[in-house]
Amino acid sequence: MPAALQTEKLCKSFGALTVAQNIDFRLEPGARHALIGPNGAGKTTFVNMLTGALAPSAGRILLNGEEVTKKNQAARVKLGLGRTFQITSLFPRLPVLDNVALAIAERDGLAIRMWRSASSHKEILEESRSILDALGLADDAALAAQDLPYGKQRLVEIAIALSLKPRVLLLDEPAAGVPTDESKKILANLERLPADIAILIIEHDMDLVFRFARTITVLVQGEVLVEGPPEAIAADRRVRDVYLGEGAHA
Amino acid sequence: MSGYSVDSRLRWTEAIPFAVALAAFFLLPEYLALGARILIFILFALSLDLILGYAGIVTLGHSAFFGLGAYTAGILGAKAGIADPFVQLFFAGAAGAVLGLATGAIILRTRALTLLMLTLAITAILLEVANKMSSLTGGADGLSGVQVNPILGLFRFDLFGRTAFLYCLAALLIGWWAVRRIIYSPFGAMLTGIRENRARMHAVGAPVYWRLVLIYTISATMAGMAGALLTQVNQFVGLNVLGLEPSGDLLVMLILGGVGRMYGAFVGPVVYLVAQDYLAKQYPEYWYFGIGALLITVVLFAPGGILGIIDKCLQLFKQKSSVNRSAR
Amino acid sequence: MILYVISVGLSVTMGLMGFINLAHGVFAMAGGFVLSTAMARWGMPFPLSLTLAFLAVAIGSIVLERLLYSRLYSSGELSQVLFSIGLILVSMASARLIFGDQAAPVFLPAYLRGQLHMLGRDFPTYRVFIIVFSFLIIVGLWLGVERTRWGAMVRAAVDNRAMAQSVGINTRLLFMLTFALGSGLAGLGGALGADILAVQWSYPFEHLVYFLIVVAVGGLGTLRGPFIAALLIGVADTACKYWTPEFGAFLVYAATIAILLWRPQGLFGVRT
Repeated sequence: MPAALQTEKLCKSFGALTVAQNIDFRLEPGARHALIGPNGAGKTTFVNMLTGALAPSAGRILLNGEEVTKKNQAARVKLGLGRTFQITSLFPRLPVLDNVALAIAERDGLAIRMWRSASSHKEILEESRSILDALGLADDAALAAQDLPYGKQRLVEIAIALSLKPRVLLLDEPAAGVPTDESKKILANLERLPADIAILIIEHDMDLVFRFARTITVLVQGEVLVEGPPEAIAADRRVRDVYLGEGAHA
Repeated sequence: MSGYSVDSRLRWTEAIPFAVALAAFFLLPEYLALGARILIFILFALSLDLILGYAGIVTLGHSAFFGLGAYTAGILGAKAGIADPFVQLFFAGAAGAVLGLATGAIILRTRALTLLMLTLAITAILLEVANKMSSLTGGADGLSGVQVNPILGLFRFDLFGRTAFLYCLAALLIGWWAVRRIIYSPFGAMLTGIRENRARMHAVGAPVYWRLVLIYTISATMAGMAGALLTQVNQFVGLNVLGLEPSGDLLVMLILGGVGRMYGAFVGPVVYLVAQDYLAKQYPEYWYFGIGALLITVVLFAPGGILGIIDKCLQLFKQKSSVNRSAR
Repeated sequence: MILYVISVGLSVTMGLMGFINLAHGVFAMAGGFVLSTAMARWGMPFPLSLTLAFLAVAIGSIVLERLLYSRLYSSGELSQVLFSIGLILVSMASARLIFGDQAAPVFLPAYLRGQLHMLGRDFPTYRVFIIVFSFLIIVGLWLGVERTRWGAMVRAAVDNRAMAQSVGINTRLLFMLTFALGSGLAGLGGALGADILAVQWSYPFEHLVYFLIVVAVGGLGTLRGPFIAALLIGVADTACKYWTPEFGAFLVYAATIAILLWRPQGLFGVRT
């Protein structure tokens, strides 16, 4: 069975600076996988290459067995790759409902329709509401996205990614900047995500990582240091060395 | 105004502009020439609002399409002996579409200053071409004697401008209806998405570039037709339909009225052109000063334009009345 | 070369502050008027008038920057474009009211008139002077920016404003001074070029497209960029007018489009 997402010898250099070095990575279908590493390890660069926002210098990327190395973001989204952003990237002045509806319209190819009004597309509206409901955001549907508390905005990010019905979901620091009580909510929602979606999260919040992930990959200076189940990673000396002073739970 | 959460049914207030136009027709017969000009610029402004207010593309080159449409109609009427108004209108729109598609496809890959520069350069080139090809365009003297047949064979363009006014009003009605449909549709919502957060639109799989090219082409078609109307109404076309000036004027009109809210495109040209008609004749030096000062003030203090100010007043009013009610 | 002096200031301010300032020509025009007035009405000698043009415009620009420009730093592109259009209109109208419709008369000092005989050909003295002077300015700027601390700070701030601020660089003051320098240079350019590009009320609008072309093609925020661009444009314009007068400015615009499409960030600009 092909991996949901896979990279072979992925490299990236900016001139003399190498930020990714021969990364071989496999994300299994239905995975709950976390990518961790100290700051500057190249995690976000890696994710940007996976999604198509950044072109690799060398190597291949395969999505569900299909080569997507040369394809752009929109094409990869159509093939089932969704992502959230590290810095919240919503449509700030638009209502939360529209934030999700826009994604659904894209997914179903309805976004080029110019004739009927948007609000008469009941199917889109209903599906938006049910997604928001599942994430506990039903009451906030009419509010402008920027008026929501930060924790809820991160949930809207996830809602948008979910509405694209991805088969692979990349979550870039979903709990970043969120107060602890709200990050519990985020974890709860992450645990409720459909089991057939392969999920890769990048996180610094070790609590969340160790509760959520079944596999952890540690990235240091653009290379994979070690990969394995949480207990093995927690016990690994090299990982503890790398994280010395970063307050990791071991 | 676009999006999935708004009510798209026609509100009675939307009929006001057209009621006013009809009233003007009957009550102000001496001003019909100005009136037709206003109607044309409203159509032109609507086309700009589509790309500026909704898709967020800042351009100083929209006059290129307007001018091209104007000259197409003019050349057809004065040189090619094709005088049917609808045929002229069609070809003007087609010319606008072709130019819009060609230039849009090329320049919409760029952003900000580069895009602005390219739009300027394109309209500047067209101005140069129109200037130099004087055998075709009449050069600096302009092209006069543009023949326009009676509409539907029945309504001749009379000296008082009655036919012209109603013709432009009909065109505006159709243009308005088309723009309204686009804005309220999923496509309109998508454009707003591009304006609000382009990176996010890429991330949800939207082929942003092609969507922008599409709306740019539609906008160019409309602008081309507006240009043709101007030629048909005046039976003349000159170099002043091209270049930086009409683009700049239009931008000012739109800002004045309010960008991205459709009826700003109605209010802006009315205020600007009426004021210009009166003030620019009386005090030409002060006109530019006044407009410049007004523009600066609007940008700094009232970026929503006139409609924005009205909105705020209405909000204040509602707040006060609800305070009053709850105080009882 | 006049184009360069005027436009380099624009390149810096636009590259530095990210502010789309279409009104740059206003500063050039102001410089031209100061020179003309100083020499004609107050009888100041040429070099002093030039200095005055530079200083007066620089100071005036600081006032404008503090009062108006700084409010719009974080506003969108559209607001900045509109604001600068408004400023152009106000300045043009004021200039017309104050100075009338005539071009500002410029009387070159005797030692700069006439011809220089060099390399077997006659060159107008003034043009040679301008070229030499511009060259000195370029060198001065280059030294100032590449070598001094101030230059380093400017470059840092252009690169990343927030970072520069957190390192303790007073970006507000820096921007103000740099803006003043850029505008002052524009004033100087306008004054220097008053003989060639006539200074009258419609100046900012007439030459706007050229200033913008020089900056956009050269690359924002660079010094070399506008230099090469101004050079190219000057040569291309003269060559075209000489060989193919039917095409006029057409080629310059076409070349601009071609270059910007090939390298949207300008010849020397940095891709963001």
